[in-house]
Amino acid sequence: MSAAAFTGASVMDIDAAKIRGVGSNVHFDKVSVAYGAHVVLHPLTLDIAPGEILAMIGPSGSGKTTALRAVAGFVRPASGRIRIGATDVTDLPPYERGLGMVVQNYALFPHMRVEDNVAFGLRAQGADKALIGERVKDALATVGMATFARRYPRELSGGQQQRVAIARALAVRPRVLLLDEPLSALDAQIRRNMVEEIARLHRSLPGLTILYVTHDQTEALTLADKIAIMRDGRVCSHGPTTELYRRPPNRFTAEFLGRANLLPVTIAEGVGSKGFATARHGDVILTSAGRDEKAGDKSLLCIRPQHLSLTADSEHTNRIVGTLREVHWQGELTHLVLDVDGTPVRVSATKLPMALPEPGVKVPLYFAPADTSLLPEDAGV
Amino acid sequence: MLVWSRSGRLVLWLLFALIFGVLFLAPLAVILLSSLSDQWNGVLPNGLTTEHYTDVIRGSAWNSVKASLITGFLASALALVSGTWAALSLRLQGHALKRLLGLLFFIPSAVPSVSVGLGLLVAFSHPPLLLNGTVAIVMIAHFVLISAFTFGNVSAGLARLSPDFEQVASSLGARPAYRLWHVTLPLLAPYLVAAFGLSFALSMGELGATVMVYPPGWVTLPVSIFSLTDRGDIFAGAALTMILVAATLVLLLGLERVTARATGS
Repeated sequence: MSAAAFTGASVMDIDAAKIRGVGSNVHFDKVSVAYGAHVVLHPLTLDIAPGEILAMIGPSGSGKTTALRAVAGFVRPASGRIRIGATDVTDLPPYERGLGMVVQNYALFPHMRVEDNVAFGLRAQGADKALIGERVKDALATVGMATFARRYPRELSGGQQQRVAIARALAVRPRVLLLDEPLSALDAQIRRNMVEEIARLHRSLPGLTILYVTHDQTEALTLADKIAIMRDGRVCSHGPTTELYRRPPNRFTAEFLGRANLLPVTIAEGVGSKGFATARHGDVILTSAGRDEKAGDKSLLCIRPQHLSLTADSEHTNRIVGTLREVHWQGELTHLVLDVDGTPVRVSATKLPMALPEPGVKVPLYFAPADTSLLPEDAGV
Repeated sequence: MLVWSRSGRLVLWLLFALIFGVLFLAPLAVILLSSLSDQWNGVLPNGLTTEHYTDVIRGSAWNSVKASLITGFLASALALVSGTWAALSLRLQGHALKRLLGLLFFIPSAVPSVSVGLGLLVAFSHPPLLLNGTVAIVMIAHFVLISAFTFGNVSAGLARLSPDFEQVASSLGARPAYRLWHVTLPLLAPYLVAAFGLSFALSMGELGATVMVYPPGWVTLPVSIFSLTDRGDIFAGAALTMILVAATLVLLLGLERVTARATGS
């Protein structure tokens, strides 16, 4: 199937209403996981609300997949409890937890046709034959794969296989859908389309609770209602997606969730009634959105590359000057790298002046106070 | 490609043909020719005849074929079940225990088969385990000798099987027995068939232990071949050997077709 066919899968919206996931909340209560003396997940307390998509992101070995596997029942917590809805599932085997799971390599059963793959969970649970037929049809229609029911997995592309894997998980009407890096094996173009499809799927199944583990910040930003950023087996930040992106609580979050320029500043005047503070970077006074900074505090001023402009206007009232070092044209975007008093600063621009300055030239950069945030300098968590 | 030059590849092909021809084809060709020889006094047979085949088929050859096939089938089936069971069980154990038990499973294959036969003969010659002189002791001897290979094959298959299949099946509500029957075993099918084929081939050719324990009336093909050649009837022994090769080949080719159909390759 072509990429165009993926995006044009309007069939997803047709029968989706028939598959209403009865979403449940997931509660991690001080859940830790250890292999011998090696702790891979430090006590984790976290809630996923019914119908919410929580994306867990973090680098390899950060504990995100371990947390998902603990919910699925494939990893036994060393301490703590996991509840799904009102049920404490900590001691339940995986097949009694009422979940659906989609993994990176699809794990479609190669000896079964697409329809048998989708029917697998229902057959395993001893569902009625008529119900199985109906649910399989609906699930395949939901992911736009109804015409592929008689094919074997080996006769499908990677994207199609992943859609079938999602249909298989949806067919059992899970309380929670676990997605473990579901798009990592797909190429960039199909991945982008699949992210949009999963977003559309969740809009049509608003009750479905999803735990989405990924290392891809774009997938997390596009899909998630909330994001938990993991590092070294701990959650280093957790909150609504836009809030975490706009006001990252620490340096790791700022740099892991999108690109961030972090200018060292000293607070000149604490946060006022409008929520802004003034900060000094060298001789320059900058205004930034703040939290509870006080005069004299050392901070990092966080500004995203796309919020820096080469031209001034009424909103872009902050001004810094940097020396242009590199220019990278990437079609839709042009990336500039500048040196601002020893701090590398990146600018991502869709529009640039016709005559681009040469490397080595001093260039003024402008940004709006509302697009900035302040992070404590020592919060390198 | 490791060798790019035409002459280099030609030399390699000649070397391969020489090794394959001398070590594999020549002995088989000699046995085939012997089985068809009227007399053989020079470099090549003096004349060809099918008389040896007629003789061995009229004699006790058919009983030997039957004894070998039944022994091979039953011992291989038993080895397949126990080897698969052991491989599945050991997968769940800790690394150290898994290694130790895995090694123990392979010990019989490191012991001379004659010693295995002798051991069984001594062990099962007294009540309450009096199996001496029965068909069962032949089955047990074959089972002991081939089970390590089925265990090894199935373990290799399990190691290649992504845990994702079984975990996804569990998350969808499949209980362990359902998962084993509908997911694990079908995915292991090529390895199970290969394990059975290897066990069967080994059993068909087994002599050392069988010759120690076989009862009258249950003479397998290798024992018959040994008896014939020991008596100096080389040509009849060669004819029986070719029957053994043909029976084994037919079964292995059949198994290969079953595997190909099951995996869709």
